Amino acid sequence: MKEPLVLMEGIDKSFPGVRALENCRFELWPGEVHALVGENGAGKSTLMKVLTGVFQKDAGRIIYKGKEVKIPNPRVAQELGISIVHQELNLMPHLTVAQNIFIGREARRKGFSLFLDEESMNERAQELLDLFHINIDPRIRVKELTVAKQQMVEIAKALSFNAEVLIMDEPTAALSEAEVEELFRILRKLKEKGMGIIYISHRLEELKEIADRVTVMRDGHYIGTLVIHEATIDKIISMMVGRNIYETSSREHIDKETEVVLEVKNLNRGREIRDVSFKLKKGEILGLAGLVGAGRTEVARAIFGADSVESGEVYVRGQRVRIKSPADAIRHGIAYLSEDRRRYGLMLGLSVEDNVVLPSMSEFLRFNFFVHRKKSKERCAEYVDKLRIKTPTLAQKVKNLSGGNQQKVIVAKWLLKNCEILIFDEPTRGIDVGAKSEIYKLLNELVEEGKSIIMISSELPEILRMSHRILVMCEGRITGEIDAREATEELVMKYATMRN
Amino acid sequence: METTYSAGRLRREILRQFLMFGSLLLLFVFFSLSSPNFFTFGNVVSIMLATCVNGMLALGVTFVIITGGIDLSIGTVMTLSAVMSGVFITYWGFPVFLGILGGIGTGMLCGFVNGIVISKMKLPPFIATLGMMMIAKGLSLVISRAAPIYFTHAPSFSRIAMGSIVGRLFSGFDVPNAVLIFIVSIVIANIILTKTVVGRYDFAIGSNEEAARLSGLNVDKWKMIIYSLCGVFVGMGGVMMASRLNSAQPALGQGYELDAIAAVVIGGTSLSGGEGSVIGTVVGAFIMSTLINGLRILSVPQEWQIVVSGIIVIGAVYLDIVRRRG
Repeated sequence: MKEPLVLMEGIDKSFPGVRALENCRFELWPGEVHALVGENGAGKSTLMKVLTGVFQKDAGRIIYKGKEVKIPNPRVAQELGISIVHQELNLMPHLTVAQNIFIGREARRKGFSLFLDEESMNERAQELLDLFHINIDPRIRVKELTVAKQQMVEIAKALSFNAEVLIMDEPTAALSEAEVEELFRILRKLKEKGMGIIYISHRLEELKEIADRVTVMRDGHYIGTLVIHEATIDKIISMMVGRNIYETSSREHIDKETEVVLEVKNLNRGREIRDVSFKLKKGEILGLAGLVGAGRTEVARAIFGADSVESGEVYVRGQRVRIKSPADAIRHGIAYLSEDRRRYGLMLGLSVEDNVVLPSMSEFLRFNFFVHRKKSKERCAEYVDKLRIKTPTLAQKVKNLSGGNQQKVIVAKWLLKNCEILIFDEPTRGIDVGAKSEIYKLLNELVEEGKSIIMISSELPEILRMSHRILVMCEGRITGEIDAREATEELVMKYATMRN
Repeated sequence: METTYSAGRLRREILRQFLMFGSLLLLFVFFSLSSPNFFTFGNVVSIMLATCVNGMLALGVTFVIITGGIDLSIGTVMTLSAVMSGVFITYWGFPVFLGILGGIGTGMLCGFVNGIVISKMKLPPFIATLGMMMIAKGLSLVISRAAPIYFTHAPSFSRIAMGSIVGRLFSGFDVPNAVLIFIVSIVIANIILTKTVVGRYDFAIGSNEEAARLSGLNVDKWKMIIYSLCGVFVGMGGVMMASRLNSAQPALGQGYELDAIAAVVIGGTSLSGGEGSVIGTVVGAFIMSTLINGLRILSVPQEWQIVVSGIIVIGAVYLDIVRRRG
């Protein structure tokens, strides 16, 4: 065959306020595994959504088996033979494997089309699974299967549509070593049969094993395509990261002798948190870097007592503390500011004042019962001024504030409660560029006042610019500690992809 | 930009409150014009009296609904409270005030149990209180041996609701004590909801339970307190009911919970939690009883009165949804 299976050229896609894809290109040949890599937000998923009909491209063309095609919705993509296996599997856990594979196009009994023909579906599912030596009983309920097996069911489902292009989105993120091997065996089989596979992954080191070529994207742009034997991990990373310019910061270095305010020893919980130990010093911003799913949020929530741990010790200013609930953590001056502010941080329907005052309510009570409105208003107003929160009144409902101001409301809440250790999870997520610098300024002011900050961030420039010290996590483990003065994006990415 | 937006929002909020009072006023004007017997001192008092018991339950369940929960047991727990007052006073011959405390205590205990089942055993409030509804109903029948308990030996008991302190002070104004007690309860409920830590946490939990927990609130504890508080109002409703009828009727009560919940939602409290007001609930309860009273004066058959109440519930909540959207 002389033509590519899929050719995407000049693809543009914009969302209100964001240019998600600009002049993107992707090419896939039959019998090829083509890896697609890039940082979070580089545009990989958007590009794949254009290919599968979830989003409509603004410009460019898609050529499929030599002909230009329009893909207005996912159904058309499926009919053309383009299937995707998402990172979050879309199976119905209470139905059987066969029922899942044939959902929406069930076989009916001959003559009684109201009745389903379970036997024939089971047989057909069995044939499909046998073809690729996938050892799963089609009669078993999906919820009884491991994640790896569920993924195979998804692949089988894709194949049942006679797919010629299979997109795998981060297929190995939740798999063990042996399961990854099994998956690769199946992918190689599909390849032999002439299928084209697009393989999205953050695990650069496994690309050598499975991929034929690698395409790198960054900030919505196509950066380049490499044949796998030319692609070293360092080369791929430098293409992903692109820039080598680092903003120098004015921050002071933290002394070795500075007081340790928080120490975590041997924190463990299953596969999510593995033997995590670290120290946080007074007045320090400790960056916690890693890819999505590396376990950073899990560690933060565990320290804060929002989730339980299997083992591990936490020391605040040298004192061993037992934290069983957020209330315990707050009592020891630890606050956690979630990345999902609307879900975990704010009472959107309540006023600025109600939100700010909530954890410190007991300070504003008369007879332990009646709320001292005047006092609570005064103290709240003090922090609204201090943090420059833009709100017409304290009675304004929080849902009417901008993202940056909502974030400040949460900060105000913890400052009022006298929390000395602040754990920020993605502090600038969902905040527009203008307001970001305001948040950075605030973080710097806080540490100058002697607060200590752990900052979880997936944005490398943010981590590099703001932190005094950077810890990098991968798969629940701390894989590296870097002094900010020696940190580069390449170094962080290297630790972030260091699988054992 | 933001400021004008919020001013508009505030205006809508005021409009909403006004509309609620407005609809009640409209009902009054409509019935007054339709019948000379409607707007008389005697009839207005009887509307108020008719609102008392339902209103008490509605006040209690307002707190629960603001947390995003529900309490279906209030109707039969009210009955159980009445029966327990009867047990204390008539069976055991305790003084009347102990009987009252016993009734209120029963309501509080049932509420506390609801709170435990919901917060500690993690049952959905609908199921937990459905169970309590049946338990309370059954217990009322068991304890009373399925027969009414009369308070004939304690004549002062019926004066709790039907005596008139106001009438004694201002002759001619024979407002029954039940109405007085109801008004005092409204004031207390409003203070608790708007001025105390209980009310603050009530809204916080209903607005975002997970965020409340992450702010260090002991959500389980506060839920137990709020369900118990609901039980206190329900217990008071039960005592009032028993006093008015001068007997505890064990077969009564089921269905009252839905009338109370209807009053709460007519009053603009959202079943998904996080918003609501005592004033709204009171207006809601009055809208319902005024409607029934007026239709009765206009000789609309009782069956049709129920149909109209149903339409009012749907209509009121629909209007609220439209206002919110707009």
